Amino acid sequence: MQAAPIRIWDIPGGIHPEEHKTESTQRGLEVAPLPSRLILPLQQHIGARAEPVVQMGDAVLKGQLLAEASGMVSCPLHAPTSGTVTAIGPAPYPHASGLEEWAITLEPDGKDQWTELDPVADYRALEPATLTELIREAGIAGLGGAGFPTAAKLRARPEQKIHTLIINGTECEPYITADDTAMRYKSAEIVAGIEILAHILQPETVLIGIEDNKPEAIEAMRTACAGKAMQVVSFPTKYPSGGEKQLIQILTGKEVPSGGLPADIGMVCQNIGTMIAVHDAVLLGQPLIKRITTLTGAALQRRTNVEALIGTPIHELLAFAGLQADKLYRLVMGGPMMGFTLQSMDAPIVKTTNCLLAGTLEELPPPPVAQPCIRCGFCSEVCPANLLPQQLHWFALGKEYDQLNRLNLFDCIECGACSYVCPSSIPLVQYYRASKAEIRALDLQAHKADHSKQRFEQRQARLQREAEQKELERQQRAEKAARLKAAKEAEAAKAAAAPPVSAPDVERVEAQKPSGLSPEQKQLKIAAATAQMALKKAQKQIAANPDNVDLQAQIPVLEQAWKDAQAAFDAAAGDTSVKPTPPPAAAPADDEAKRLKIEAAMARAALKKAERAAGDTPTEEQEKEIYALREQVAVAEARLPKDEPAKKPVDENLKKAKVELAMAKAELKKAEKALEANPDDAELQQSIAPLRQRQLECLRALEQAEASSPIPPPERQLVDKKPVDETLRQLKTDMAMAKAAFKKAERDVQDARESGGDIDAAEAQLLNTREALDKAAKAFAEYMSAKETR
Amino acid sequence: MALVRITSPHARGNNRTQTIMLWVLGATLPGVAVMTWLFGIGTLINIVLASVFALLAEALILKLRKRPVGFFLSDGSALVTAWLLALALPPYVPWWVVLVATAVAIIFGKQLYGGLGQNPFNPAMIGYAVVLISFPVEMTTWPIARGAEALADISAALPSFTEALQRVFGSGQPIDAWAVATPLDILKNNKALTIPELEAARPVFGSFGGFGWEWVNLAYLVGGLVLIYKRIISWHAPAGMLGALFVMSLLFWGSSGSDSNGSPLFHLFSGAAMFGAFFIVTDPVSGATSKLGRIVFGAGVGILVYVIRAWGGYPDAVAFGVLLMNLAAPIIDYYTTPRTYGHTKAPRGMGKAD
Repeated sequence: MQAAPIRIWDIPGGIHPEEHKTESTQRGLEVAPLPSRLILPLQQHIGARAEPVVQMGDAVLKGQLLAEASGMVSCPLHAPTSGTVTAIGPAPYPHASGLEEWAITLEPDGKDQWTELDPVADYRALEPATLTELIREAGIAGLGGAGFPTAAKLRARPEQKIHTLIINGTECEPYITADDTAMRYKSAEIVAGIEILAHILQPETVLIGIEDNKPEAIEAMRTACAGKAMQVVSFPTKYPSGGEKQLIQILTGKEVPSGGLPADIGMVCQNIGTMIAVHDAVLLGQPLIKRITTLTGAALQRRTNVEALIGTPIHELLAFAGLQADKLYRLVMGGPMMGFTLQSMDAPIVKTTNCLLAGTLEELPPPPVAQPCIRCGFCSEVCPANLLPQQLHWFALGKEYDQLNRLNLFDCIECGACSYVCPSSIPLVQYYRASKAEIRALDLQAHKADHSKQRFEQRQARLQREAEQKELERQQRAEKAARLKAAKEAEAAKAAAAPPVSAPDVERVEAQKPSGLSPEQKQLKIAAATAQMALKKAQKQIAANPDNVDLQAQIPVLEQAWKDAQAAFDAAAGDTSVKPTPPPAAAPADDEAKRLKIEAAMARAALKKAERAAGDTPTEEQEKEIYALREQVAVAEARLPKDEPAKKPVDENLKKAKVELAMAKAELKKAEKALEANPDDAELQQSIAPLRQRQLECLRALEQAEASSPIPPPERQLVDKKPVDETLRQLKTDMAMAKAAFKKAERDVQDARESGGDIDAAEAQLLNTREALDKAAKAFAEYMSAKETR
Repeated sequence: MALVRITSPHARGNNRTQTIMLWVLGATLPGVAVMTWLFGIGTLINIVLASVFALLAEALILKLRKRPVGFFLSDGSALVTAWLLALALPPYVPWWVVLVATAVAIIFGKQLYGGLGQNPFNPAMIGYAVVLISFPVEMTTWPIARGAEALADISAALPSFTEALQRVFGSGQPIDAWAVATPLDILKNNKALTIPELEAARPVFGSFGGFGWEWVNLAYLVGGLVLIYKRIISWHAPAGMLGALFVMSLLFWGSSGSDSNGSPLFHLFSGAAMFGAFFIVTDPVSGATSKLGRIVFGAGVGILVYVIRAWGGYPDAVAFGVLLMNLAAPIIDYYTTPRTYGHTKAPRGMGKAD
């Protein structure tokens, strides 16, 4: 059922670098020898790092699960051979940065003994979801280079029907022949893998795109898929035809929307190597533990393609291919156009390693010094994305990020065609990468700034609301006070009308008070105090909201009212015959103490009364009053003559032990400090040990003293505790909560990093919580310092 | 042995700026040969003088700017500027005209803007325009071409080498004895004769262009096609310019009457049409960037060239056309950005892209 020949579309741009493919296709497909150890990084794919499920020292069988996927976009990891787990931790990792990555190190036992496999007899009987799960469990990530988990790719757009499945056998990069070799020698497996994917996706069309520089592969694939619902399409060789977006354009004439996925236009693109892995996973039950890798470059004597276990150290593979170490100049993982250089040959090959290019100095010479751009436009002629690379270069130099975005910098696929043709040998791709990173950082910053602005505005609105609320409450209070006053006046009038009833009581109370004021004077005093309070409150509010014009206007009025009230009271007080009893000028200490005691008792009584009045649901005003009274009580009690220290139970032994311990500690510290300054001083080193011993002894002595002391230790601990300050407690709670939130945000960021989740949001959250924590800590510190100076 | 850390791509093509510059020089050789055959050694003298002056000026400014002299001299760009300028100047022009033109081109046209790649105007055309405006007599007198003397009223043969040197370095030599106005000049100033009459009266007209000039233009066309074939230049700008020149001259031909502006063929193969189309408007530094932009840029030059030739004050106008379009190149770039892969439309204009 061969369909009509597919129309081939051309892509813009493209280059024709020297292919260098024949060097590595002469020996067919070889099997690399079992390595002496395997390094299996937990991150061999895009997405979250896998989580180990084995322990150090565990014996594992070939194909056994070593680490499980952590999240939707993640990949499990399996043992490529049987052996012992010797390490789980940072190990050499193939990355441009040269940084290490967490890995499971496996020491092969040489038996290569499989774990129990569970192949599927008839995959057509299985649901697509089940098959996808099988692929996920087999740890398959795209073997083409990006390493996106295949299962996740298959269900990227569940709402979008996939009508075209494209198998990418283009392999447009020079040197690499891994897919070529796979197609030549494993076409049956590839076709079986494609059929499984076709069963999952049920596409209308299955296209296998191969560049026309691989006639053997094309022939083998045509033979293998004869009579099947798939079609091999060969098209002219041109770099970068093998880019996913480019291949889709070549085979269908359609373009993947900027920032979108092929699934958005109903297509899925998979690599040849991935098909073999799918075949192995479903039909053989074998997880992804090996792959075909090209070993090439002029520094190798036996350039070839090998089927190597994932995790095989690079130096072992290169040794297999006859590495001439003295000739090696540049070691590239991947192809010469998009690969990255490796600094260490200890790193292993991973699931995405399709090629190791061991180049000599003559083969991959260092780039010449860059000359100025002459805008020749060669770069825009070869750009497959129709960008204007030299304009981008210009704006990248000037850091004009708006212009870079306008010219769609982020649609650059970093294929390197522009750098390849640049006559001035400007490292264009490098500029684009750097600019992309800078723009991403700036976007993050802008996002954070927006967030901060929003928070600021919300805070302003909240403060405004609070001020308005306070003002409202103040008015309500004033009204209430007026009502109370009226009621009291009425009561006073009543009392005046019927003095005999309550006369004795009133007199007694009045006698107790230091100032015998007439009811009239009392009224005046209360009025003056009320006015003063109103003034103070207004001033306080002004301090909080300096811009509130209304409040400012109120101040002089209130001042006047207070002055009037005070003047009236003063006048009345001057008139009265009953003068306030003057406090005894030089009272004996006992009397003084008595007076203080009375004051304290009165304060306590007032507090109790207020608390009773407030009941279970105190108003804000009442709460404040209670709080003020509490403070009065505290002050009054504090002023009470202290009990004699002799009354405190003191244990002389305990004291002594403590002093001794402190001295020993100080001595030890001093010695340690000295040692730190002169770490080589033998005398000091020797002196440390006895000092430590001494400190230990003192500690023991103290413990003994404590045990024999008549004072139970809990009481001593209690002495430490200060009277609880509500504000302080609140601040402390706030701070603790902020700290907890910050810790959580930190963990979230970590998680997001690992799982490839929304790092930006997590980082923004982290920043917010850090700010909140800072604020809480600051408030706490301010309160503490204010308390000390009070 | 430590392995190097270099970012991709690791392979690179063998394009080099020097190679490009040398190819441009090489492509002028057919034109140089034809001009030398027609006008004698004067063209070569121009080239030698201009090259020496240009390299000296470039070295001087590089030194003043504290730039590596050898590195920038070896890129060949100064040589190309000098060479193109030398071909634009009339042969046997006095040496100081060449000096002024080259110095202005290199110093003011290029280095003061920041050197290679930074100049908004075509340096050679800046130099040319300055001497054209400053020394109109010297700049508009071309020697009569070989083979035309017999038809001309004057009887001047091509000068010998010593004569040529005397004319270039000496003074007081009456130039009108051997020089004539160019065909474009004659056509421009003709108000009385029909075209056939004009062609019969004056020997400077060839079979379809100016006498001799048609061969010069053909030679530059060949050189230009080689550059396109070698992918040193793209076809867009030359096609734009020649296309616009053709359309304009077709629209405003005016048949063969006395106020005719000349046939399209005459315009395409006279003066600096081909030289300008393949060697001047293709200057990448001062031109537009995208393919469409280059077509627009070339078309603008073509239209301006025709407008000035037909109705302006100068017989030929490649220099002015190019300089005016250089001014417009940035705005052309803004409006001719190609549509990027995966986008529905191109980001055109100064505003924000979608």
